[in-house]
Amino acid sequence: MVIYGVAILAVCMIVGMLFGEWLGIAIGVEANVGGVGIAMLLLIIVVDRLKMKNRLSEPTQLGLGFWNAMYIPIVVAMAANQNVVAAIDGGPLAIVTGIAVVIISFLAVPLVSRIGKGKSESIDEGGRPL
Amino acid sequence: MIESVENVLVGNGLIFGFAIVGAIMVIAYALSKYATRGLVHGSSIAILLGLVLAYIGGRLTGGENGLSDVSLFAGISLLGGGMMRDFAIVATAFGADFREIKRAGITGILALVLGILLSFTIGVVFALMFGYTDVVSLTTIGAGATTYIVGPVTGAAIGASSEVIAISIAAGLVKAILTMALTPFLGKYIGLDNPRSAMVFGGLLGTTSGVAGGLAALNPKLVPYGAVTATFYTGLGCLLGPSVLYMMMRLIFGG
Repeated sequence: MVIYGVAILAVCMIVGMLFGEWLGIAIGVEANVGGVGIAMLLLIIVVDRLKMKNRLSEPTQLGLGFWNAMYIPIVVAMAANQNVVAAIDGGPLAIVTGIAVVIISFLAVPLVSRIGKGKSESIDEGGRPL
Repeated sequence: MIESVENVLVGNGLIFGFAIVGAIMVIAYALSKYATRGLVHGSSIAILLGLVLAYIGGRLTGGENGLSDVSLFAGISLLGGGMMRDFAIVATAFGADFREIKRAGITGILALVLGILLSFTIGVVFALMFGYTDVVSLTTIGAGATTYIVGPVTGAAIGASSEVIAISIAAGLVKAILTMALTPFLGKYIGLDNPRSAMVFGGLLGTTSGVAGGLAALNPKLVPYGAVTATFYTGLGCLLGPSVLYMMMRLIFGG
């Protein structure tokens, strides 16, 4: 049933958020630490298990797939909710800082990706018999 | 007559929200096809339209929640609020490959820590250039350069002035909005075409809305990889900002 897919998604999110809250309390932060990330990892594992056991029916996948596909419309709605006025009215310091941070972080992406890649590839090559 | 229309639209806000976003998508995809000949992807135009509407809504009402502060469009805040956003982000993990996440896991964590330090440092440097010299203001503006949540959390914890906290929120907002708007255009130049670089991207930028929105318009397949690291960023930033980073700043600048 379609609701099974939606329910799996919901349970993963609730459990993940709960762990995120606990993680926040454990390290003394008033924020949810990685709740969504934990939920995503949970969902990936649950879906993987169910697929292997052939227990993930077509309608269940529809329930998951619908919310997966609703992602972009929800992001558009989210964009329409942003406090764009405050961002622009924040003055030159806020704007200049924001621009610099984004550009420098973008430039760092290929550098950091490369560091990790080289390392893990060499591990792969060393670990796998060719 | 007009009143009844308003009653129905406000009373069924979430449903009206679906219709509005549907309309935005139709317009965006038509603009993409005819005005840019498919050069600019429909979803990036849709996100830009959303931001423009948010600006108009904010100017009209003086509120903080963009278009949804216009009472007629309040339903947009349900559809685009934190709960639905997180639910849809989790749903993107349906179809993500766990092996890819494991393979780039260490790189992702490295990117997270580097990302917070990098954004923080840039924020501090610009605050210095704009004439701030006290440790509390510098730390708060640096924290704001990570995300618009870390800024006020840090500022409140170490006793920053409301003016400085406002700047830190604004810097974080500019970062989120620019990330949303620029990723689809610049993504290909920074190698954003595989799960590993998407995880690094999520860790370095860290703004969940920015990363999730930007990657959605660039390539929806990359969203789960970027989101899985980005969702840890704000929490980690809230942990480091008022503690380690503030202490480091006091060591460097005294006070």
